Amino acid sequence: MADLNLVEAVNLALARALTSDPNVVLLGEDIGANGGVFRATVGLQARFGAERVFDTPLAETAIAGVAVGMAAAGLRPVAEIQFTGFIYPVLDQIVNHASRLRYRTRGRLSCPMVLRSPCGAGIHAPEHHSESPEALFAHIPGLRMVIPSSPVRAYGLLLAAIRDPDPVIFFEPTRLYRLFKQDVADNGEALPLDTCFVLREGTDITLVSWGAMLQETLAAADRLAEEGVSCEVIDVATLKPFDLSTILDSVARTGRCIIVHEAAKSGGFGAEIAAGLAEQGLTSLLAPVQRVAGYDVVVPLARLEYQYMPSVERILSAARQALEFA
Amino acid sequence: MKTIASFDVQYDQFLDSEGEPQQALPEFARDPATLISLYCAMVLARGFDTKAIALQRTGKLGTFASALGQEAIGVGTATAMRAEDVLLPSYREHAAQFCRGVSMRESLLYWGGDERGSDYAEARQDFPNCVTIAAQVCHAAGVAYAKKLRHEAGVAVCIFGDGGTSKGDFYEGMNLAGVCRLPLVMVVNNNQWAISLPRSLQSAARTLAQKAIAAGIEGFQVDGNDVIAVREAVGRGLDRARAGDGPTLIEALSYRLGDHTTADDATRYRDPETVNRQWQFEPVARLRKYLARIGAWDKEKEEALLRECSECVNQAVEAYLATPPQSGTAMFDHLYAELPAGLQAQREEAFRFAPRDGENHGGS
Repeated sequence: MADLNLVEAVNLALARALTSDPNVVLLGEDIGANGGVFRATVGLQARFGAERVFDTPLAETAIAGVAVGMAAAGLRPVAEIQFTGFIYPVLDQIVNHASRLRYRTRGRLSCPMVLRSPCGAGIHAPEHHSESPEALFAHIPGLRMVIPSSPVRAYGLLLAAIRDPDPVIFFEPTRLYRLFKQDVADNGEALPLDTCFVLREGTDITLVSWGAMLQETLAAADRLAEEGVSCEVIDVATLKPFDLSTILDSVARTGRCIIVHEAAKSGGFGAEIAAGLAEQGLTSLLAPVQRVAGYDVVVPLARLEYQYMPSVERILSAARQALEFA
Repeated sequence: MKTIASFDVQYDQFLDSEGEPQQALPEFARDPATLISLYCAMVLARGFDTKAIALQRTGKLGTFASALGQEAIGVGTATAMRAEDVLLPSYREHAAQFCRGVSMRESLLYWGGDERGSDYAEARQDFPNCVTIAAQVCHAAGVAYAKKLRHEAGVAVCIFGDGGTSKGDFYEGMNLAGVCRLPLVMVVNNNQWAISLPRSLQSAARTLAQKAIAAGIEGFQVDGNDVIAVREAVGRGLDRARAGDGPTLIEALSYRLGDHTTADDATRYRDPETVNRQWQFEPVARLRKYLARIGAWDKEKEEALLRECSECVNQAVEAYLATPPQSGTAMFDHLYAELPAGLQAQREEAFRFAPRDGENHGGS
């Protein structure tokens, strides 16, 4: 066991994957000698060589497109897009090619690749460095969309993503990279994809979130506990394919649900969860489902970013409204 | 100012449009049997093309992209390749695919709207048709990277159009391949048209081959209507790749004698007279003239070949038309290696609402 923060857990999982599978290769901008702009790949090129830890030219389309070719030809590429703000050029390669290579060849070819990218606001970064576009990818059939919320889950989910036979988009919340440490056992054990994690069991209200926003969500649950309210807290972790059943089970017991995410509210993934509850869990609900999300605005520059991101107070306000329904 | 680097772009042609040799033929082309096999492959591809358009016009096939006039590029490229090489074609390269072992029935299934058409029984590693322009250049660089890293024999070969050379995917893939000296051959089927946009409006560059210079790799231009020149050029690129000398860009000059696809009407944007003039340069007659000149071909052989191709195409069409449709739930197959639990309910819904036997399957 080692006390590691999230970015160190990512590094550990990558090292583990490179060690145990000779077909694993990393590619991306500045991931070699520099170890990645967040140091997620620090030391890996020195250990595994420049061919397996490949510093690419500055070309996001090529990073994704080359990974598609690598994966189809037997490698297990783990590509890095330096920030999600730079991920948009890869949409064609991911949506039109990675996600459907298996489908369109009836399984003859497949695309076991991972596309990692640091996401989210809260680190006072420059323009285009604070976005959370997970819903774009969660909309695409054939993909997996995964976001860890802690060092332990980053290690286990990243190993699962690399071993998965299909393409996985793996967002790493930059705000969590160095926020806290956990004991992470380098045991090579993957966590399950396609399932939510119940972080805290409770009986009065279900709080659903993922990624960095679980920090505020758990803090809100602590505050509500002080007031005698028992919160169930669920980490969605894998948005695509989405495990609605864990949330339905929870809401069947609590009758109330608040969804918290950092991305803009309209068309965000919270809408999918709320719609799922309306379709399949309506009779369990004692109060309207509420979404506490980023506003439908451009993610502001650093000085306003904390007013954009959902706060503990906003979550508490929504929860209290829900609790007012008898 | 002083010159710090200078470059030139080579052009190659062996047979002119009259089938006259312009220089000594390469070794492979001195064997009439080899040239006859190239000729047969081009005639077969053209016969398939004609039939596919007829099928589309009679409602038995979906939209189809003809390769009319560009058969030498596909045949020259694919016949230079080895089995362990990987072809990454655009959607207009069935002439190449047939030489790689893709069946005409598979191609018809694909254009007829059935995913099984891309599950090739042969050429298992070849990529399916790439519809988004030039994306396969990046895929080809990735395949080449994998081949190199895994110490596997084989070269990635991609084919794309003149329009593709305007795309970022092309520049990015080629540039990366140059840096890594990847075993990659990129063939530009310069048929002078990207749907309605002529080559002159695609790029101010005098040649498309010169784009290789910017990437620091080998590049040259050939007469793409001369199958000998195409095969020789691709062979040269493959040799360089196998020797570890990195990627090659080959611009093959040809002409799109047909519409962009069956959904297009080229008379809207180009003068039919211009197209008629281009017929004098097309690749099939050119090789036939040469073969006749050396006494390797005559009218009888031609008639026999046309009969044979026609039978072959008709058999493929029969097999295509006799292929039972996929079940409605096939759209859930191969989406993931294993269908996620959350999708089971949708699959069951599709099954419940699928037409029963005897009902309209929604096909054309």
